[in-house]
Amino acid sequence: MSNPAPMSLTTLPPAPRPRWSTALLVLGLVLLIVASFVTLPWKLRDFFSTDAVRTTIEFLHGFAPPELASNFLRKVAFATLETVSMSALGTLIAAVMGLLLALPASGRFGTVARGVVRSILNVLRAIPELVWASILLIAAGLGPFAGSLALAAHTTGVLGRLFADALENGSPAPEAALRNNGARPLLAFLYATLPQTLPQMVSYTLYRWENNIRAAAILGVVGAGGLGQLLKYHLSLFQMQSAATVIIAMLLLVAGVDATSFWLRRGMTR
Amino acid sequence: MRLVSAIPSQIAPADPAWRGRVATFVVALVILWPMLVASEFTPWTLIDAQSLRATGRFLAGFVPPAHSAEFLMIALEATWQTIAMATAGMTLALAAAIPMTLLVTERLSVSRIGQPAMGTLPRLIRQAARWLLVLLRSVPELVWALLFVRVVGLGPTAGVLAIALTYSGMLGKVYAEILESSDAHATDTLLKNGSTRLNALLYGALPEAASELVSYTVYRWECAIRGSVVMGFVGAGGLGQRLDESMKMLAGGEVSTMLLIFVALVAGADLVSKMLRRRLA
Repeated sequence: MSNPAPMSLTTLPPAPRPRWSTALLVLGLVLLIVASFVTLPWKLRDFFSTDAVRTTIEFLHGFAPPELASNFLRKVAFATLETVSMSALGTLIAAVMGLLLALPASGRFGTVARGVVRSILNVLRAIPELVWASILLIAAGLGPFAGSLALAAHTTGVLGRLFADALENGSPAPEAALRNNGARPLLAFLYATLPQTLPQMVSYTLYRWENNIRAAAILGVVGAGGLGQLLKYHLSLFQMQSAATVIIAMLLLVAGVDATSFWLRRGMTR
Repeated sequence: MRLVSAIPSQIAPADPAWRGRVATFVVALVILWPMLVASEFTPWTLIDAQSLRATGRFLAGFVPPAHSAEFLMIALEATWQTIAMATAGMTLALAAAIPMTLLVTERLSVSRIGQPAMGTLPRLIRQAARWLLVLLRSVPELVWALLFVRVVGLGPTAGVLAIALTYSGMLGKVYAEILESSDAHATDTLLKNGSTRLNALLYGALPEAASELVSYTVYRWECAIRGSVVMGFVGAGGLGQRLDESMKMLAGGEVSTMLLIFVALVAGADLVSKMLRRRLA
């Protein structure tokens, strides 16, 4: 029996030919990166001076130890509750509004309505929560109410689109059967199409809630309540130890949400 | 045999599950109540005369959007600054994330070769790097930006650093996950035959995972653009900072111009990112 001949270099497949478009793309990318670094007004010289190093160290030193007085902890706990409430309420409003807008957006009232409502949803979604919050502060005043509305506005855009897609993807047969047997349109929708898509909608809503808790924690930096507002307040007064406590509370909140969602997901898929 | 009488068409048949539905509704309301109180849910403030007047005046300023040449130049400059912040931040994040990925990826471990498990020291180092990545990405970018604004002062430097830190945490984690999930055969063979870790990565794992890695990076760049606008609100420069300033002056026209630019920018980034990802697929 003969051994297979050792593979020589000649049997290797030929190298792929370089493509001009890829080269251009890479060149464009490099140009973009270089231009970015060149045009930004860096303040790195201040950043690396000995003076800046000292301020940074002092700044970091100010955080330890975190403020642990019991009345401050109570304040942080309340802000955490406020954050969770804002996110829950915002998500709930968004789920209701999203469902209402998803009806026209899924083409139930004609293609014109579908196009119009879908572009409204796109605009709602394109503007981030924080920008919504700073706009809504004018109408709703400082505080968590503006935050809830901001979360609701952005999330309506997201959920409306997802709900509309879910409604469009559902089977139309059950609803048609009810309609053919004389059921009114609303009842036919409620008893045929809605139960079919509801599980998917609930899971989208829970997923967005999870995101919104994270978003609500920082929304306060523009004055919309919750942990963010507390953080901004103490940072602007240079009370670093209190700020450290708030940041730790944020981290714990996010970690708690992550852990809960992980366990729930695992429990549900098993 | 009993005949079932037909239900008269005037009376709607009762919902068979109404008890459950009512009970769920009541329970939900009881849970919701403290939340409504905690989040100061007061919709009537919206239709309060004073707030309506302020909102009306602000919104009336939206049309026409501000379009003087001078303002448009300022807005364009701010837009470029936003893109530059996102790009520079992503570049720095990549520079930090790639070595971290090399460190974290178990697939590229040399100490496990020929042994049943990894050595103790490598495992500890790997775990430490993993915790560092968790810490980097758990602190929201906006909080990093707030902190850096205190250290380096107002301006885009704070935003770039914030993006670099948060995104290096995310990129490091996801890169490692993508590499772990690719086929192990090539990498293992290379490592067992004495190749270095870097070569095993370049010739074993990368060819298979490259398109997924690049596609995720492009997606993150798109997120960074959105994020850098938001970070402007805490003073980190770019479009967000201008938007915040105009909002505080209640200059509706400027706000509407910048919102339009912002929506166009996000849509553009989305388009570029989709195009690039389609090329790779």
